[in-house]
Formats: sequence, C-alpha cells, structure tokens
Amino acid sequence: MGKRQKLRSRLIRDFKLNKYLYLMMVPVIAYYLVFFYGPMYGALIAFKDYSPMKGILGSDWVGLKHFEDFFGSFYFLRVLKNTILISLYTLLFEFPAPILLALLINEVRRKKFKRVVQTITYMPYFISLVVICGIITDFTNADGLLNRLFVFLGYDGQAMLQKPELFRPIYVLSEIWQRIGWESIIYIAALMSIDLEQYEAARMDGASRLKQMIYITLPGLLPTIMIMFILRMGNLLNVGFEKIILLYNPVTYETADVISSFVYRKGLLEFGWSYSSAVGLFNSVINLVLLITANTLSRRATQNSLW
Amino acid sequence: MTTEQSIGDRIFTAINYTLLTLLVIATLYPLLYVLFASFSNSAQLLGHKGFLWRPLGFSLEAYKSVLNNPGIGIGFRNTLFILVCGVAVNLLMTSMGAYVLSRKNVMWNKVFMFLIVFTMFFSGGLIPLYLVVKGVGLLNSLWSTIIPFSISTFNLIIMRTSFMGIPDSLEESAKIDGANHFTILFRIIIPLSMPVIAVMILYYAVDKWNGWFYASVFIKDRNLFPVQLVLREILISNSTDSMSSGASAGDRFQIGETIKYATIMVATIPILCVYPFLQRFFVKGVMVGSLKG
Repeated sequence: MGKRQKLRSRLIRDFKLNKYLYLMMVPVIAYYLVFFYGPMYGALIAFKDYSPMKGILGSDWVGLKHFEDFFGSFYFLRVLKNTILISLYTLLFEFPAPILLALLINEVRRKKFKRVVQTITYMPYFISLVVICGIITDFTNADGLLNRLFVFLGYDGQAMLQKPELFRPIYVLSEIWQRIGWESIIYIAALMSIDLEQYEAARMDGASRLKQMIYITLPGLLPTIMIMFILRMGNLLNVGFEKIILLYNPVTYETADVISSFVYRKGLLEFGWSYSSAVGLFNSVINLVLLITANTLSRRATQNSLW
Repeated sequence: MTTEQSIGDRIFTAINYTLLTLLVIATLYPLLYVLFASFSNSAQLLGHKGFLWRPLGFSLEAYKSVLNNPGIGIGFRNTLFILVCGVAVNLLMTSMGAYVLSRKNVMWNKVFMFLIVFTMFFSGGLIPLYLVVKGVGLLNSLWSTIIPFSISTFNLIIMRTSFMGIPDSLEESAKIDGANHFTILFRIIIPLSMPVIAVMILYYAVDKWNGWFYASVFIKDRNLFPVQLVLREILISNSTDSMSSGASAGDRFQIGETIKYATIMVATIPILCVYPFLQRFFVKGVMVGSLKG
C-alpha cells in the first residue's frame, strides 16, 4: 500500500518537474512509435492473408502458412545460402581489410604520405551507391575497363555481371574498394590511444617493426575489432541489398538473390505482401538472435560487449 | 623516431609503402578513367581498346546532353528540397530527443532509451514500413523520404553523448535566470555543441544526397524523382536514349557511351569538391561515435 503510494507521488513529482521535457519528447516518441513500432505491429500480416480492403486487423488469420510456404519453397535454400555466403565472404575479406590498412597507415612516418593515402582511400565512400554500381556495371562489361585488364593479362573478356559465379567476387571486391578507407578511420582513431611506452620498451628488447605491430598494435586494436564484429554479426542477414538490387539481374539470381532482395521483389514488385512480410520477419528474428549470441560469446571470451 | 633502422625494418617499410601506393592507384585509377572518358570524343572512345591515360580527343558534347536533360534538372531540384527540409527536420528532431535523453533525473528516460535502442536491432521489415508510409498518406510525396527518416538512432546516441558532456552548472544558472528547456537547448546547448552539430549535418546531408532506395519504393511520379533515381535510370537501366533523342540511331549509341561518364561526373563532382573540406568533420564524427562503442 505504502509502496504504491510512494511510486504514485514520485511519478507525479517527476511529471511536474519535467513536463516540458516530456513535451519535447512527444514528437520523438511519436516518430519511433509510428515508424518503428508501427511496422513491428504491421508485421502481424505475416500471420494473415493481408488485403488492403480489410486492413491489418480485419484480414484473416492464417497462422504460419506463409512461413511454411517459404520454408518449403525452392527459394528458401537459395536465398538463405546466398545471404550467408555473401555475408561470410564479406566478413572474411572486407571486414579485415580496413584493420590491415589502419595497421599499415600507422607505420607510415611521413605525415604527408599518410594524409594522401587516407584522403584518397576514403574518397569512394562519398560516391553514391547508384553511381558506384553504374561504374561497376560499366567496368565489368564485355569491353569494360576490368575486361581490358584481363585481356591485357591474357584472359578472355566477358560480361561479368551475367556470370552467376562472378557475382560474389564482384560484390565483395567492390565493397572493399568503396569502404576500406572509411572504415579504417575508426581503427586509426583507436590506435591513437595505445600507450607509446610499450613501443619504447619493445624497442629496448630489440623487437622489429613487424613484431611491434603484431604484439602491441594489433592487441591494442582488439576491443574495437570486437565491437565492430558484434555489430556486423547483428547485421549478418542484412547484406547490402540496395547494392544487390542495383547489380543483379534474373541471370544471376541464382547466386545474388538474398533474403532482403527477395522480400523486396516478392513484396513490392509482385504484391505478395503477407508472404514477403513473413520472409522479412524471419530475417529480423535471425538477426536479433545472431546479435545476442555474438554479444554473449564476446562478453564471455573477451569482456567486450555492447551491453 | 630517428633511431637506427635494422635491415628487417627497412624491408618492412619498403613493403608497407609499396602496398599503400598500389592501393592508392587502385582507388584512384577507376575514377580518373571515368573523368578522362567523360571528356573524350565518343567515336574515338568506342573504338579504343587499351587503357586510358588522358581524354581521347576532347569533347563537351556529353556534358551538354546531360545538363540539357530535363530529368537531371528536376532531379537536382527535388534532391535540394529533400536535402534542405530533410536535414532541418533531422536536426530539430535529433537535438530535441538527444537533449531530453541527456537530462538526469527524468524518470522515463530509461524506458525511452530502451524503446529507441531496441529499434536498432529489430525492425518490422520493409513491407510493413511501406504500409505505414502508405497509411499516413506520404506515398508519392517528397516527404516520404524525410518524415519516416527523421532520426537516425545512431546519430541520436552520438548527440546525446556529446550533450551529456556539457557541465550542469551552465544549465542551472540559465534556469535561475528564468530560461525554460527550449531556451536552454537552442541558446546554450546547441551553440556549445557546434562541432557535433556540424558532424550531424554532414552525416544527414550525405544520406539525403545519396538516398535512392526508399524514394524508388515510395515515389512513382517521375516529376518527384530525386537525382539518384534519375541516375539509376541512366546508369543502371541504361536508358540514355531519351537524352540524345535528336541524334540518329548510330550517333545515339555513340553519345550514350560518353553520356554515362559525364552523368557520373556531374553527379559526383559536387560531393568530391566538398569532401576534402568536410573530411576532418567526418573523422571527428567517427571518433565521437566510437566513444560509445
């Protein structure tokens, strides 16, 4: 009884004290409710046969039908495999690239050279995705720049974006090209906080530059690497589908179609709203599970975690 | 740093410089190629088989076609609207949210924070978002690329962290002088946080400038296409025909080739011109953001 009253009086006092703050928060909370929690509620249509006439509430429940349809379809294994493979390749090749670049840049003693390398490597990050994909499409043409390079090296030129087996390498390599410089910034920033005395001591002990890099610099980066890795894991199934939508075509669906591009096609181009929402929901749930798993594992193993 | 270098260290340095130089070339050459090609004579470019070290011939034809294309003009106009209104909405909403969430002794802040951060990790998905945007009547309006993206949660957290670093005593003395929260936010906190505000403007502006996906989903009216959507048609769907409609079929194909490159340049030069000046802000932004981990 007393506890409840205490809470009530606390609530009233807090409201009186902060009512203008709460007033300011109204649009912000409204925004999150409408555009984030609204869609979460709307995801209910994954369990219904949504028809625009009946609305979300009025449409008929169908239980897990759309999920079963998806899991049973030919597309399920294909998009799941593509999503996982593209993510894994990106994680394997694109994720370490900026770390390596940061380590290399960190070893450069000439300030001017350092600045030139940084400025140029993160230039591509500012170019819009549409333009980047336009350039990729053009360069991978049968007589595009990349093919000229291959012909120069003695291979045959071919329209690379029409080759399913080349889609993933093109995707991952262009990711590295566009993001390596930008993503290295965060690691370079982290490097600045490493204690210089450690290097001093290592030099005394006769450690070479390479050894210093491996035994001092790299461990110093580890916390940052872990945090970036956890964030990546939480987005594992959200591979850059905007880029995929810009680059793929029916010939390469076989290797390029991922869950989110599939959702986009089925939902917005073919109007399978409920089915597509079910696929999207599946994606979101797996992402959340991956994030929590990665975070828990990391906290246990290295004491670095998001929460 | 002028200690004697061992042979091993020298080899290490040499390899390091070589790798970085190669990376710089690999990054820069494709862009230079586009630049050279855009100024080239299209017939010569089409016949050319090797690499490109300078423009082949010199022609501004492609640029003329691009700048005369009404779609590009409309696109730039729409993007400008989205950029100006969008960034204004972003700043207002993000700073209000960040201000409230940075105050201590506000009972519900923990709840708000949880509700907000949760949205970073779980979402309803694309189709439900589309239905919401449709439901609130934003379809086929430029506002559909602004209102549903009023706040980026990541930016909100960066801003909140920065606001929390401002000493409480400033706020208290303003309160004694009779300032309310709106005055404190706009007269004290924001002017003191200019570096972070600059970073926010840049982050949001680049987002708006480069955005195309949601516009392509929400907007069907061609007169409302932002510039990136127009670019997509020209670059990806390869429909340069409409741009050189005066020319004969053969010429059209030829000009089409250089038009692509000129389009890329026109769309990219504005941002490439400003980015060296902006770069230190971005670097700062990444660092501010990384504080939070």
